[in-house]
Amino acid sequence: MNETAQTLGLWSIPLAVIGGAIRVSTPFLLVSLGECITEKSGRINLGLEGILVMGAMAAYGTSLATGSPWIGLWVAALVGAAFGLLHAALCSLKKVNDIAIGIAIMMFGTGLAFFLGKPYIQPKAPNLPAIELGAWSDSPPVQAALAINPLFPAGIALAIFLHWAFRNTAWGLKLRVVGDSGDAALALGIRVLRMRVVATMLGGALSGLGGAFLSLYYPGSWNEALSSGQGLMAVALVIFARWEPIRCLWAALLFGGAGALGPALQAAGISSGYHLFNAAPYVLTLVILIASCSPKRSLQGAPGELSLTR
Amino acid sequence: MSTPRSFEWLERILIPVGAVLAAMLLFALFVGLAGYPPLEVFELLYKGGFGSSFSWNNTLQRAAPLILTGLAVAIPARAGLVIIGGEGALVLGGLAAAIVGVWGLGGPALPVQLAMLLAATLAGALWIGLCGWLRHARGVNETISSLLLAYIGIALLNHFVEGPLKDPASLNKPSTAPIGDTLMLGMTPGFDVHLGLGIGVVVALFAWVVTRFTTAGFALQVVGGNPRAAQLAGLRTGAWLIGACAAGGAAAGLAGGIEVAAVHGAANSLLIVGYGYAGILVAFMARHNPLAVIPVAILIGGINAAGGMLQRRLDMPDAAVLVLQGMAFVLILASETLYGRIKFKRAAKATAPAVTTTVTAPTIATASGEKV
Repeated sequence: MNETAQTLGLWSIPLAVIGGAIRVSTPFLLVSLGECITEKSGRINLGLEGILVMGAMAAYGTSLATGSPWIGLWVAALVGAAFGLLHAALCSLKKVNDIAIGIAIMMFGTGLAFFLGKPYIQPKAPNLPAIELGAWSDSPPVQAALAINPLFPAGIALAIFLHWAFRNTAWGLKLRVVGDSGDAALALGIRVLRMRVVATMLGGALSGLGGAFLSLYYPGSWNEALSSGQGLMAVALVIFARWEPIRCLWAALLFGGAGALGPALQAAGISSGYHLFNAAPYVLTLVILIASCSPKRSLQGAPGELSLTR
Repeated sequence: MSTPRSFEWLERILIPVGAVLAAMLLFALFVGLAGYPPLEVFELLYKGGFGSSFSWNNTLQRAAPLILTGLAVAIPARAGLVIIGGEGALVLGGLAAAIVGVWGLGGPALPVQLAMLLAATLAGALWIGLCGWLRHARGVNETISSLLLAYIGIALLNHFVEGPLKDPASLNKPSTAPIGDTLMLGMTPGFDVHLGLGIGVVVALFAWVVTRFTTAGFALQVVGGNPRAAQLAGLRTGAWLIGACAAGGAAAGLAGGIEVAAVHGAANSLLIVGYGYAGILVAFMARHNPLAVIPVAILIGGINAAGGMLQRRLDMPDAAVLVLQGMAFVLILASETLYGRIKFKRAAKATAPAVTTTVTAPTIATASGEKV
């Protein structure tokens, strides 16, 4: 491994960044697509961070108990949907604010996951298998970079599907009406509340899957430092992507690349400023937010009912 | 209005207390299902937090930073902003205080101590003030930017204490050089707790007086309640938003400075224990009232202090207290829906149940529901 890294020289850094970008971007992609659905319905769920951690814990525990990481995925999605339902139900009460409930769910989900996940810190659960696209190459770094996790292509397919569905299905159109104007949707006879509940549950389920990816693929273990704000950054990412699923994909890859930079540099032996490189995704998110927001007009493409952009 | 004005104060006490009691019931159910004896859990929570003078000291020591980080959320909330990044301001405040303490002027202790706390306050004010500025100048959502800045602040602290500012003598826990015993803060008069408690209480009282009894407090409330009206009244909303954020950040930064100057004696990762995040809960439970922040901070400090005892006696995961706090947070927010809906006896003439009572504090719900 070391020899090949040396023969590749500094090329190992961009290669590791590409491989890392795919790995790191997968949870961003899943969570941001989920949040995209939720926000299209006019609600924002800041609790995705907590839901992601719950999903990671539930998936790992299930995989450990059943021996099947695939069942773990399903359980993570279910747990995520349940938390989405909790958020949606509470926000449906009068005078209850979706941003504040999101913060509360972030804390509750994280605390609950740490409590229930205590026994899973040590044991090793079966992880998701990788799809080896790099089998043609003799070089281990190339193989490592091209070992794609199964959730990544699934995420791409979902992004394309959502892009199509938002425009071309009755459900997608209804969802957008609900998100742009609850009153208009009501006048059209759409069941606004039910659309929002379903959209928030779908967002929760996808966040749960994003968490399952963290605990079952990369880094592939469960501990309390597993998530470092991916759930929250995904919310910012949706703003950057202007509520477009395909743009969520590009944005997730960009974030993944930024997130992979620190570990890649460290692997290449550059360790000074390690913490600063690791903060690159946060800085990038902030810069992107600053660049894409404007105080003068509401954001292009933003659902009209969204409290975030008012 | 279904609740007459005279009952509003009762409602403001009954509903949060009821929500906390409901959270405790839910928590009892939860620990029962998890296989722990609920009654014993509550007994230990009480003993660990408030049962002896030792546990009271432990509780108050934790309440001191929580009062300040609670204010860091409560003050911007009065201007209608949801700031959740107090943790970043706290760690940078701690770092700034340590830098001044270690490399600052020599000489008598008091001026250096004041300079340390001032540096901490400024660092926090700048950090969260930036969120306010970004909100005003660029329309960047302050909730997200403040949390991103919290992660960045924590990365900066780690970078400096493990890199340029690392004391070679700190082997196990990379730290800045110690500030030295002469610079450590003393005790709050009358308590066996460091001066941070007294400072926190004074700052909270000051914030309460300002928000409650001054034109500045009223202006803040108008900006938070109705930005359009504030602008029409000639208020410079931007300045108020940024100022409220800076004031909140200053409180969180001060908390970090005090943790360094009174507890740790150096800046290191011990600062990152979640006081900033727990402050969010404190502020929401206190409904952003600076005076109510004090007892709520003591309550949350007590629950946190008891966490260790639960772990030792019952072998519970230390996250148990986080679960309780999460439940309390969710139920407190959900209980917002009850305001103006409780039927008191004299309120028999209630007609329109859903219309809210007169808004005395700009809750987040009203603030963010305003179209700009």
